Amino acid sequence: MINLFEVAETNEMIAKENLDVRTITLGISLLDCIDGDLKKVNEQVYEKITKTAKDLVKTGETIEKEFGIPIVNKRISVTPMALVGGAASRSSEDFETLAKTMDRAAQAVGVNLIGGYSALVSKGMTKADEMLIRSIPRALHATKRVCSSVNLASTKTGINMDAVRLMGDIIKETATISKDQDSADCMKLVVFCNAPDDNPFMAGAFHGVTEADAVINVGVSGPGVVKTALQKVRGEDFEVLCETIKKTAFKVTRVGQLVAQEASRMLGIPFGIVDLSLAPTPAIGDSVADILCEIGLEYAGAPGTTAALALLNDQVKKGGVMASSYVGGLSGAFIPVSEDQGMIDAVAAGALTLEKLEAMTCVCSVGLDMLAVPGDIPNTTIAGIIADEMAIGMVNQKTTAVRLIPAIGKAVGEKVEFGGLFGYAPVMPVNGFSCEAFVNRGGRIPAPIHSFKN
Amino acid sequence: MKKTIITVVGKDTVGIIARVCTYLADNRINILDISQTIVQGFFNMMMIVDTNLTDKDFGVIVDELNALGKEIGVDIKCQKEEIFDQMHRI
Repeated sequence: MINLFEVAETNEMIAKENLDVRTITLGISLLDCIDGDLKKVNEQVYEKITKTAKDLVKTGETIEKEFGIPIVNKRISVTPMALVGGAASRSSEDFETLAKTMDRAAQAVGVNLIGGYSALVSKGMTKADEMLIRSIPRALHATKRVCSSVNLASTKTGINMDAVRLMGDIIKETATISKDQDSADCMKLVVFCNAPDDNPFMAGAFHGVTEADAVINVGVSGPGVVKTALQKVRGEDFEVLCETIKKTAFKVTRVGQLVAQEASRMLGIPFGIVDLSLAPTPAIGDSVADILCEIGLEYAGAPGTTAALALLNDQVKKGGVMASSYVGGLSGAFIPVSEDQGMIDAVAAGALTLEKLEAMTCVCSVGLDMLAVPGDIPNTTIAGIIADEMAIGMVNQKTTAVRLIPAIGKAVGEKVEFGGLFGYAPVMPVNGFSCEAFVNRGGRIPAPIHSFKN
Repeated sequence: MKKTIITVVGKDTVGIIARVCTYLADNRINILDISQTIVQGFFNMMMIVDTNLTDKDFGVIVDELNALGKEIGVDIKCQKEEIFDQMHRI
């Protein structure tokens, strides 16, 4: 039987160490909403989302009460809209109507974000893909809850450099259109290499075409819990360090598994995956950078950071895998800058640079996330940063992503403020040498030799 | 039978157990087990209870116990047992 100490440990994690379930994300397939008539597609999309997700928020709140565990976000992901709206849309403006419909549906069911205003173009772009991509800046600006993602590369197909180059322009345009809000629309836009079909985290969540009609995916968190556990083993060797992370990740993930199963049962929708992630927030103590410091670094970014992050990421997975029946999504340690007070401090102290962050993305769960760069960098430089990150993902057979915020009108050292879970970010310096001739070549980079496994 | 765990944490004072138990009895919640310690003047109690007979919704019991805790000056939590089972048992 459960004893007093075990109960106290769990409740301490929740009360003092920010243990929470970061998101219950309901994936909804919109493939059955495809139609040649735009008005009809809009109606069907609205109806499908509001019908499938009508009890999502209420269910999340019930689970929170029953187990006493906070569930921070309830969200929705849908089939990439380039596929859903392709047959009916003749222009970027047509696609924008679908973004507005997604926003209305999300508002109607009470979720704070809806993902899936997306295009999958890792090898080539269809006309619909390109129209959707070109509509992103205006679509994100005209809506509050819609998140957009574009898959630009994969290990199997290589890197679509035409799309990479285009996204350089689109990201800058998205920043410019929202410059009065500190370029905040860029928070809702991410580009991927090897994007997973079942990621519950925003802005990159979409419901892949290989998925069922509706599915429940859950993202757990808990950097504070890992940090507190590591405080108790200061000075011990790597074996003890790794065992401690593993055991903690196991416990955190079990909570996610329980919540996912309960949500699935109550909603009558199949359980998809648990995403075993250490997802930081700007709250003090809820930081992945603080874990790196607890492992033994003065600041995130110091020599040894990549090794420390590699072991952290690996132990989180090893501990979490046994705790859940299905693991998926991004799974690992996130290293966003603005959402992690420890990362912000490291940038402010001069310990963490863009180049070091790039190295860290080789071993973390995703990529360059939520970092502000000067608003006047050339679009080709943004494309170059994206290409580098895509190459890391492609060659290492992992998911990588880029969510950059070109801070329009701001220079290195100033900061952009987003508020809430998104925090604030200091504007970081970018290498000023040009890559224009490289990214303007056009075409695609072939898949690496080790992708030919058939 | 699904069990529920009630925890009471706070500064020790007269009548904490009496007040909590009265509430549970009034709402037909059966106590299966109680363990309690005092650590550095802090009262720490865990009850395993059965809520199958009560007419009230689980969410209402959570809120009412919370309010009772505020009245006494302690922190009362009421959670379904599975969260602890999942986390601490393979």
